[in-house]
Amino acid sequence: MNNSSLWLIFTTFFKIGAFTFGGGWAMISIIEREIVDKYHWIDRDDFLDLLAIAQSMPGILAVNIATSVGDKLRGTRGSIIASLGTILPSFLIILAIAIFLTPDIIKNNRVISSIFMGIRPAVVALIIAPVITSAKAAKLKWRTVWIPLVVALMISLDMGAVSNPILYIVLGALGGFGIWKWSQHNLSKK
Amino acid sequence: MNFYLKLIWAYLKIGIFGFGGGYAMLSLVEKAVVTPGWISETMFTDIVAISQMTPGPIGINSATYIGYVAPQVVSPELTGWWWGILGSILATLAVTVPSFLLVLYSSHFIRRHQESGAIKAIFSGLRPVVVGLIASAAIMLMNNANFNPKGISWQLWTNIAICAISFVLAYFAIPFKGKKIKIHPILIIILAGITGFLIYY
Repeated sequence: MNNSSLWLIFTTFFKIGAFTFGGGWAMISIIEREIVDKYHWIDRDDFLDLLAIAQSMPGILAVNIATSVGDKLRGTRGSIIASLGTILPSFLIILAIAIFLTPDIIKNNRVISSIFMGIRPAVVALIIAPVITSAKAAKLKWRTVWIPLVVALMISLDMGAVSNPILYIVLGALGGFGIWKWSQHNLSKK
Repeated sequence: MNFYLKLIWAYLKIGIFGFGGGYAMLSLVEKAVVTPGWISETMFTDIVAISQMTPGPIGINSATYIGYVAPQVVSPELTGWWWGILGSILATLAVTVPSFLLVLYSSHFIRRHQESGAIKAIFSGLRPVVVGLIASAAIMLMNNANFNPKGISWQLWTNIAICAISFVLAYFAIPFKGKKIKIHPILIIILAGITGFLIYY
């Protein structure tokens, strides 16, 4: 662990942030390769343990894993450096794009507006695909298949508080916990 | 200044409740920034497209872009790149700080309760909700602004065709020279952009 200077932690995560498209899982495999296989900062079991923790946290998975790896290597300073390294490349790239590609240009430049008119329906398709993938991964049964349907319907209806996604995240978490408690209770009665 | 507090609050909430990855987070982002009119529906879609084509997590990309654009849309006084940069720094920090603190200070707690089944139970409850969140993001984007901005019927059908073909390319592995390959989302966006240019220019 002696080669994990703060600077090397920063540049490693900066590179990961700068060269991985797609975020999330694409990033995790690169982080694993760099941290476990290349620098041997953490062994694979520890990495998988950190990954399990990072996954059970809200927020951005790649930042979460950077935070926990940085913390393991160099404490709080390491976690700040690793997270900043992960965030900075996308922050700077997007900032540069935002400065030049203003809403006004997207709307009024004929070339750019025609390109975006074609892109928008494709973006919708790119979000429909993970709906199906995640539905399969969630192993929905007849008992649970109504949940995503109701959630999607309520949120997209746009009816104020009952259309707030946070409501359904809280209900889902409480529901899962409640059913588990109830089944524990029933088990202990038998 | 008031606007920046609202921006921070909006992204703190996204950071605290953003379970299930980038696509699930999109519906939270959309509710937080499109509903109050900080950015338009098409702008939101464009930001998702740009996030897909640039490196890094979609949560960071969208926070940075929206943080930059929203101040000038909300109030003309906040026009200028410094107001934009302030917004993008604040939004990006706000979306990352909650989970940063949670990872630092509650990892031990999570580790202790992982075996107990409580954490697993919570996530088994969240999983179907996450499917619904992603679906709601897709449904909310299926709007006139994205598919039929000028109210011309041949354009609507063209856009539905672009969406359908993109879906097939994104979801199914395409046979190519005896192998089955998955087309990268970036390539799909580039192809759709070229199509848009050829048809709508």
